[in-house]
Amino acid sequence: MSAKTRLGQTAEIAGPTNANIFPNGNVAASLISKAKRPLLVVGSHSVKVQTNDGDLIDSTIRAMKNSKVAVVATAHMVGEFKKRGADQANSLSLFVLGKYLSDPEWMGFDGKGPYDAVVFMGFAYYMEWLVESGLKNFAMSLRTISLDRNYQPNAKWSLGWMPEPDWKESIEIIVSRLEEEA
Amino acid sequence: MSKKELNIKIDELDSAIGTFKGLQIQIGRMVDEEWEEPMGPTPFPAVATLRNWDRKLLEKYKPFYMPFCDLCCLCTFGKCDLTGDKRGACGIDQQGQQSRIVMLACCIGSATHAAHARHMLDHLIEEYGSDTKLDVVLNTKLEAPHIRLVCGYKPKTIGDLEEALDYVEKELVQLVAAAHTGQEGDNIDFESKAWHAGMLDHVALEIGDISQIAALGLPPGDPEAPMAEIGYGTIDAEKPVIMCIGHNVLPSVDIIDYLMEKDLFDEVELGGLCCTAHDMSRYNDRSKIVGPISWQLKFIKAGIPDLIVVDEQCIRTDVMVQAAGVGVPVIAASEKSCLGLPDRTHDDVDKVVDDLVSGREPGALIIEPRKVGEIAVKVAMGVRRKRGNNKKIEIGELSEIAATCRECLECVRACPNNLPIMKAMIEAKEGEYSALGELNELCVGCGRCESACPEQIPIISMISEAAQDDLLNESFPIRVGRGAIQDVEIREVGQPIVFGEIPGVVAMVGCSNYPAGYEDVADITEEFLKRRFIVAASGCSAMNIAMTKDEDGQNLYEKYPSHFDAGGLVNVGSCVSNSHITGAAIKIANIFAKRPLRGNYEEIADYIYNRVGAVGVAWGAMSQKAAAIAAGCWRLGIPVVVGPHGSKYRRMLLGDKDNEENWKVLNARDGETVYVGPAPEHMFYAAETKEEAIVLISKLVMRPNDTNKGRAVKLTHYIDLHKRHYGGMPDDLHLYVRRKQDIPFTMRDEVMTALEEKNWVEDHIGSPDPTLLDRMVRRRD
Repeated sequence: MSAKTRLGQTAEIAGPTNANIFPNGNVAASLISKAKRPLLVVGSHSVKVQTNDGDLIDSTIRAMKNSKVAVVATAHMVGEFKKRGADQANSLSLFVLGKYLSDPEWMGFDGKGPYDAVVFMGFAYYMEWLVESGLKNFAMSLRTISLDRNYQPNAKWSLGWMPEPDWKESIEIIVSRLEEEA
Repeated sequence: MSKKELNIKIDELDSAIGTFKGLQIQIGRMVDEEWEEPMGPTPFPAVATLRNWDRKLLEKYKPFYMPFCDLCCLCTFGKCDLTGDKRGACGIDQQGQQSRIVMLACCIGSATHAAHARHMLDHLIEEYGSDTKLDVVLNTKLEAPHIRLVCGYKPKTIGDLEEALDYVEKELVQLVAAAHTGQEGDNIDFESKAWHAGMLDHVALEIGDISQIAALGLPPGDPEAPMAEIGYGTIDAEKPVIMCIGHNVLPSVDIIDYLMEKDLFDEVELGGLCCTAHDMSRYNDRSKIVGPISWQLKFIKAGIPDLIVVDEQCIRTDVMVQAAGVGVPVIAASEKSCLGLPDRTHDDVDKVVDDLVSGREPGALIIEPRKVGEIAVKVAMGVRRKRGNNKKIEIGELSEIAATCRECLECVRACPNNLPIMKAMIEAKEGEYSALGELNELCVGCGRCESACPEQIPIISMISEAAQDDLLNESFPIRVGRGAIQDVEIREVGQPIVFGEIPGVVAMVGCSNYPAGYEDVADITEEFLKRRFIVAASGCSAMNIAMTKDEDGQNLYEKYPSHFDAGGLVNVGSCVSNSHITGAAIKIANIFAKRPLRGNYEEIADYIYNRVGAVGVAWGAMSQKAAAIAAGCWRLGIPVVVGPHGSKYRRMLLGDKDNEENWKVLNARDGETVYVGPAPEHMFYAAETKEEAIVLISKLVMRPNDTNKGRAVKLTHYIDLHKRHYGGMPDDLHLYVRRKQDIPFTMRDEVMTALEEKNWVEDHIGSPDPTLLDRMVRRRD
């Protein structure tokens, strides 16, 4: 196992189907920015994760300048977005979102159609692992992307493990690309 | 009740129709009882008897599976990859496999409680007699609500409990058989079977607890049950210390009896961990509760016990290794956990004591509970003498140990909560131990960090050492488990609960696998106590609720009354006492609403689902037993919220609130189908944060039957909490406000604004006499 595929928790081994690893932040940025209807899913650990902007919520708010980017905050995190003036963030619990995403009839928060890239960040490792396992198995065509600092094997694509400065740089590249396209 | 099998054997009978030789007549069972209530439709339900009821709820709360493993490895076809739409060699698909695992977990949990109840019951019948009266709750005629509901009979003595336990055991065999390769394949049927296991579980829990209350004289539903002490610091390590771990109190009872008989309670410290500790304190409040399951490892590693006595459930399976590490012996007191020890049950007491005190044997298996007390006390006293002043385990200078850390991060990756152990270790290298000490309150005590460490650093011991001052001062009062809820209490609260004026009953239950320390449990509890919900607690949660003090130095057991009433905090006791919480919901349907109870499961569950705003919360749920307890709640229509780690049960039962078809009920008055809104919205839900859980709980207590006043009270709490934690009004108020009278008076303007944004129409949501059962419709127009 390479360092890139190091799991965030030792025993959280997935099955035969595992995530592809982005070779670098630019590839991740390209994949996300190519999506027509990307959804950023922001979890409760976002306020604990430091980025160049402050924390993951601050970085997400920057990305939200791009009008095609939809954001959903899980748990009670929508309150953090509101506090920071980003009222357009949606709010839904993580596993209810998982259930909606596995429903091919679900038309998204705006009712305009399914999302073509769902990007997860800011979760307890095992919670993201589990919801992506549900989506891997029951929403097979959905493109799921993990921006966790550790490899998330159940996503379609994962950043993979990297040192904190490199991870911050990757997030910066992704957010900047989305912001530039706004 | 008395059910007797009539069995007549006649060697030779001459009669008008001929001569019979070796005649034997068997007549199933004769029912001889005084319960005048007619038998309901489903006494002793078989595996599929309540399947239609389960499917009604599972249609509303569809499972969302999150496989923990994409493979099935249960048979010799090998590992079958079930990812996505693949099927295994037997034909099973991923949903089937996941639901099969869910069912097996519930069966394991239910079997564990049933086996506990069996051991308890057999022992108590032998010692106290099968005719021991079941006078187990003060001011109460409706004892044993689960047995009456499920089995359809009214037990009067502990001997009468055998019939119900036989039934539970028989059904569990049927359920486990369904998991065999080439049996059940439908995920919803597996789910129904999981719920069946859950229903059986609550019967087993009830048997386990009421038999011990009856025979051992535990508090009989007494709200003024005495206070006991809880905490690491309650134990005087200078004395001989016996630590009892597990769930089955019988060996501990013998220890207590021996200490009382020999007047040794002042000389020997008796402490317990996990639910055994609850039941020890219910038996004698001089025994002390060290803490929940997560305290086990750090307490042993500190070398405080001079003897460890394990009974069953939630004990560390490496207890022999841990005990050897601190040089103390172990007594195993259950056949379920023999730990490789020699059976010394029938050996001479003094010989066993000598072998254990001398260290010739690391421990002994003593299966008869009544033989444990004398040996345990003598061993603890002997070991304490032998250890002299060398009792405290010295691990050495923390900075020197930390210096061996190679900073590989394996400890963090092994930790269920990814706690920053490595960072604390790096600081400890420099002699700074505060970060290490802070881990104490966050650590769930699993020990995986130590197991993962390539340098064998004693991480748990280092954390305890760094937090030693806090641990030694850890001492709190806790009201001992009171047992069941009295009929008179139900009469007082039945109407306000059903009409919604007491906003809800929140049950804080389960283990201590918390995501961020135990204070969250106390925080959730107090939020609802302040809002005058009824909060019932049990097991590790009931312990952790005690372990947080406010700025005035008081904990919740000191601050809130202990009655089953608005704003009351009710510690029912150990895991087996959970049956009294669901039992209270059953009693509301029977005592307040006069719904027939006897063998009438569907109707009572239908009543609870539509009317009783109860929610189970297992913030640190860990075990298969917790899964079974939850499953018993689901079948009764009671939603359950778990903490983040509960997501590892690998499936949620989630409602789709926007799909109106899902939220229609029958109006029992005229048979009309009526939309009532998504109340309750979910049946099994893992929350990421305590804030999310708090808001959700306040929403899940809403029921179709709420009166206008009751719904307004519930909405007040939901809106207030949502605004506080989510920064604004809920976006689903239009699904819960049926008419303007439901709107909280003080929030009228802002609620109306929110409703207008959603094009809310008054009375689109109905207020029928709600039922999911066609047979409950009284008249059809």
